[in-house]
Amino acid sequence: MSIFTYNGGAIIAMSGKNCIGIASDTRLGIQFQTVACDFQKVFKMSSKLFLGLAGLATDVQTLEKLLQFRMNLYELREERPMSPKAFAELLSNVLYEKRFGSYFVEPIVAGLNDDGAPFLVNM
Amino acid sequence: MGDSIIGVKFSGGVIIAADQSNARSILVYQSNLDKIPSLTSHSMLGCSGPNADIVNFSEFIAKNLELYRLSNDDMILSPHAQANFARGELAKALRKGPFQVNALLGGYDVKSKEGELYWMDYLGTLQKVNFGAQGYAGYFVLSTMDREWKEGMNEAEALEVVKHGISNLGTRLLLNQPNWLIKVVDEKGVRTIEFGADPADC
Repeated sequence: MSIFTYNGGAIIAMSGKNCIGIASDTRLGIQFQTVACDFQKVFKMSSKLFLGLAGLATDVQTLEKLLQFRMNLYELREERPMSPKAFAELLSNVLYEKRFGSYFVEPIVAGLNDDGAPFLVNM
Repeated sequence: MGDSIIGVKFSGGVIIAADQSNARSILVYQSNLDKIPSLTSHSMLGCSGPNADIVNFSEFIAKNLELYRLSNDDMILSPHAQANFARGELAKALRKGPFQVNALLGGYDVKSKEGELYWMDYLGTLQKVNFGAQGYAGYFVLSTMDREWKEGMNEAEALEVVKHGISNLGTRLLLNQPNWLIKVVDEKGVRTIEFGADPADC
């Protein structure tokens, strides 16, 4: 049994011309048992930024809330929207803080820069 | 896994049923345990797990919700807020000293006038569901509830679904769970519909 497959999940993202797409399954399981079929794993952080989180469901939910919180703080202080690059760097930092006691997630950041160019990061 | 909890949402409320056995290994300590403590006047938490964790976690959440009410002009948090608060506490405790509690939170939302049921596990996973189960019960009743649950059921219909599940477990689950406690929460609050053994003076 792997902690990463305990709840199950798959995320896929792709870039195109001035666009990105991101998709996930919506199953919540406990190993082989299915608990729900409408579990959210891709989150819209802003109009041009999506975060997909696969892995242990509790950490998916904790990270979504944590990053939304950090992003809100950033935008309040900076008084401007957070760029996908900055968001990805923030996520990387948040994860590394728990280097020796980590969140069991495999994130994908998918967004569009100000100039419309696609931005994809897999961690 | 030994504790069976079944929850069903209906139009205007939620029913939660739990077995009343308190047992470890081959010994049954008690057969009238109440595993569905109330959190607020309009919410309850059906809990599965060691008795210590059930009591400590549910009282911790309930008292914090009461403190919120006292500090915030008599405001009772919505079931959605209560569930997310509880989830946060489970997630916080996970990497320190986890509460080994798997729960079903059933509440009545005064704003939407709807019942809401939340499935929560000890890791801090949270999902709003129409029906759910904790413990071995899930292996038997999720399929019957998949079939029988309908949108817009009334309390009597929901109770039928729950009782069908309980009867199913009585037939097919190896563990003997003779007594079941069934509670409902609706606009009138939390109340007991029926019990196998009187949980008074647990």
